[in-house]
Amino acid sequence: MANIQPKVDAVIVGMGWTGAILAKELTDAGLNVVAFERGADRDTQPDFAYPRVVDELEGSVHRRYLQSLAQETVTVRHTPTATAVPYRQMGSFKPGTGVGGAGSHWSGCHFRALPEDFKLRSNVEQRYGRNFIPQDMTIQDFPVSYDDLEPHFDHFEYVCGTSGKAGVINGVKQPGGNPFEGSRSREFPLGPNPSYLGAEMFYKAAREVGYNPYPIPASNASAAYVNPYGCQMGPCNFCGFCSDYGCLNYSKASPNACILPVLRLRKQFELRTHSQVLKVNLDSDGKKATGVTYLDAQGRECEQPAELVLLCAFSLYNVHLMLLSGVGKPYDPASGEGTVGRNYSYQNLNRVMMFFGKDTQANGFIGIGGGGTTIDDLNGNQLDNGKAGFVGGGIIWARQPGSGPVRGVSVPSGTPNWGPQWKKAAADAFRHSFYYEVQGACMSYRQHYLSLDPTYRDAFGRPLLRMTFDWHDNEIKASQFLVNKALDMCKVLSPQSMAGDAKKAGGHYDITKYQSTHTCGGAIMGSDPKTSALNRYLQSWDVHNVFVIGANAFPQNNGYNPTGMVGALAYWAATAIREQYLKKPGPLVQA
Amino acid sequence: MKKLLLSLVCLAVLVFIAVFAYALWPTHTAALQPPADLADAALVARGKYLADAGDCTACHTANDGKPFAGGLPIASPIGTLYSTNITPSKTQGIGNYSLNDFERALRHGIAANGDSLYLAMPYPSYARVSDDDLKALYAYFMHGIAPVEQANRANDVPWPLSMRWPLALWRKWLAPAPEQAKFDAARYSDPAVARGAYLVQGLGHCGSCHTPRAPTLQERALDESGAQYLAGGPHIDGWLAVNLRSNDATGLGAWSIDDIVTTLRSGRNPHRAVLGEAMGNVVQHSTQYLSDADLTAIAKYLKTLPASPGETSRFKADPATAQALASGQENSRGAQLYLDNCAACHRSNGLGNAHVFPAIAGNSTVLAGDPVSLIRLVLVGAKLQGNAAAPSPLGMPGFAWRLSDDDAAQLLTFIRQSWGN
Repeated sequence: MANIQPKVDAVIVGMGWTGAILAKELTDAGLNVVAFERGADRDTQPDFAYPRVVDELEGSVHRRYLQSLAQETVTVRHTPTATAVPYRQMGSFKPGTGVGGAGSHWSGCHFRALPEDFKLRSNVEQRYGRNFIPQDMTIQDFPVSYDDLEPHFDHFEYVCGTSGKAGVINGVKQPGGNPFEGSRSREFPLGPNPSYLGAEMFYKAAREVGYNPYPIPASNASAAYVNPYGCQMGPCNFCGFCSDYGCLNYSKASPNACILPVLRLRKQFELRTHSQVLKVNLDSDGKKATGVTYLDAQGRECEQPAELVLLCAFSLYNVHLMLLSGVGKPYDPASGEGTVGRNYSYQNLNRVMMFFGKDTQANGFIGIGGGGTTIDDLNGNQLDNGKAGFVGGGIIWARQPGSGPVRGVSVPSGTPNWGPQWKKAAADAFRHSFYYEVQGACMSYRQHYLSLDPTYRDAFGRPLLRMTFDWHDNEIKASQFLVNKALDMCKVLSPQSMAGDAKKAGGHYDITKYQSTHTCGGAIMGSDPKTSALNRYLQSWDVHNVFVIGANAFPQNNGYNPTGMVGALAYWAATAIREQYLKKPGPLVQA
Repeated sequence: MKKLLLSLVCLAVLVFIAVFAYALWPTHTAALQPPADLADAALVARGKYLADAGDCTACHTANDGKPFAGGLPIASPIGTLYSTNITPSKTQGIGNYSLNDFERALRHGIAANGDSLYLAMPYPSYARVSDDDLKALYAYFMHGIAPVEQANRANDVPWPLSMRWPLALWRKWLAPAPEQAKFDAARYSDPAVARGAYLVQGLGHCGSCHTPRAPTLQERALDESGAQYLAGGPHIDGWLAVNLRSNDATGLGAWSIDDIVTTLRSGRNPHRAVLGEAMGNVVQHSTQYLSDADLTAIAKYLKTLPASPGETSRFKADPATAQALASGQENSRGAQLYLDNCAACHRSNGLGNAHVFPAIAGNSTVLAGDPVSLIRLVLVGAKLQGNAAAPSPLGMPGFAWRLSDDDAAQLLTFIRQSWGN
């Protein structure tokens, strides 16, 4: 080891949401923090500057803000016996890179999980009996409750300037919000964004069917806002460039706009960009991390010793680093033993497309990533799973994040793929169509997991992470059920044509088609070290000075976008580190 | 003929000798009694506050250099000057300066070796610093900062311009004698205004940039007795030093006390932001550290300065532009460029959004007679510096990469003639 850096209190791997949150919290506590980011430094000026950033070709085709799959990627297969092949082009999910990470190119949908989502297994067993859960389904309760996280959900929303309408405050229902949500301690920091036409139509349809529509909580500021850190956000101008892009307007919450301005002024914080962490180093008995090994911006291998190691990379790469470093025991689906890689889950996203006549002006180029409206009437305990025949629920929403010609124009089914008929259909459809989405939960299964690939290696010579995942009957049933409910609801609107893309029985996971970047699990939190890699504070059961922060901690995924939960868990873990771990370093939960 | 020539030469030599002697003739300065305990923590802390108020670090700390070790290049008409080491190093800095040496440098512009200082050192302003404040500053520079053994860099000024004695002539003719410049608080009815005047005219040396200079380079006025005092106009690093007097369109006439205080604290207020690194650095290194009372005093003093004469710009809000843009009637090239490049943030009503996107309608940078800052802003952009009061480095991108000279001219002409501008 040629280059050993002076020891610091904490290293953070990854400068997205969780890295920025932990860096803020730990420097607040007086620690010296060095953060590693594999990509470039990024800030609104100059990296997301208008009008340069609103370039569909660069952002959505050339993927300027996403990770380079030529450097690092995953391999994918459907079953534990198949041979996995590398994910060579962005498709199903889109990990970010650079400062801000996926937190700079997300849409802005900012939900809290429902209280019952935290105790999924016990809730389902209690309501429908133990046998209702399929044999191979390995869902677990979270080792924390909604009430544990409420202050952290709340704080993260205030950091993000989340725009929405509370449905329940201190146990009292509020008109206009989600009546089924967990109780909030106060109203959202900002009121909801205005509705686009498709959202207004959604309100009408949902109410006619008897549902309870409410504004999607959006971290796209509906007004100028100063967050608790003093960071300034600007009002969203509906430009339609959220997902795939950094925000030009200081409107979409991001680590860059909401936390880094404060961190950059701090002397105890050092950010090293273009620095690829290769592994976590452990002491001789493997019980304690001594720091990390990384390649610096010049490509030199360096070691950074530290008292605390915080893995804050994208969920998949947190798991990858644990497997490469020997933090915890790798999961083996045959024996069910080991924990790292266990309970990988995803999101069950589906779409309903509607085409209207020329008097319906959709103006699809206008968009707010997290704006729109949704219903929770088929989610959580609102859904009778016994009748529906599957575990987990989902939400239906009207959301118009903005579209454009390069990103693709949907045309009614039956339209040729080229030629004058396609041109006419595209011209008609672009301005007169909407899509609503059905976002379902995704359960975890014994045979869906993450491991190291035996064949393929990344640019640094390390085995790639291998993903074994496919759609299970449970999720296919859920997809069909929820899409049918959405189609039923949309009939009220009398579109000229309408189509849903529910998953078909026997269908497989298609890695080439975008279905959300909500990859979850793989290093999950739990109360039993035999079935979880992390304890309730996201601390490794095996290496007490390693905390692994991110959606990797979800035992399974619920029907919502994960960012709200990820931020809340980051603040929850940071609080435990500050209030418990720093006073007495060691395992915070006795196994 | 020969005789006449000879006597002329003799006369010239005599005049030269007289002038030279006048230049070299020692300047008498008052002797000050040093404080009993120079290392007293409270005194040193007060000195630090005053050094912040004087923004000494602006020139005496190089980019990425050690504090007060000098070496910052300062462009001047005669060549590049390098600021000096003012740390208490006995070999490289001012560690051997007595209080009286320090006083002579600060208030009179005379170095310990007798050389006169270049005008980059704003001693005509610092001449107003009180004896007590001078002693506190001295205590800070002797005991509050670390000595740095860094040699001064020679100025890149060619002979004969590098001769120092002509600077003494300038000093003796054009700089105020500290006895005359002595600050008299009794001239102001309100003690807060007096405090503000003391800071603005003295350590703040605001006039160094914001007051126009005579051809002989002295500021047109060093206090409110001159109508050009702080009237703006000089170009500083390619930006226009703004008018700090009460002119409605191009000065601070429409600003509240709070607007001024907030700007000095954070580089911005709900409606306006500081443009350019020069003033950005003043906020960053100096004014953000001043107390609320002192910033309020500064604001109150500035608000007492009447408008400077001869302003031609006016602003009267006019809804016609916004109506025309909203209804698609405005199809001049300038308006199209505005919609394509500016309206996303500044909106078609030109009002932007408070706290984030400054209004173009009624904006003093847009209304200024000299459009240099506006042109530069549109072509190159600008970015605020984050600080404790306002950490977000909000900015505007430059558009030079997509606007031709003609486009820029049409766009700026549109902006300068719309919404009542």
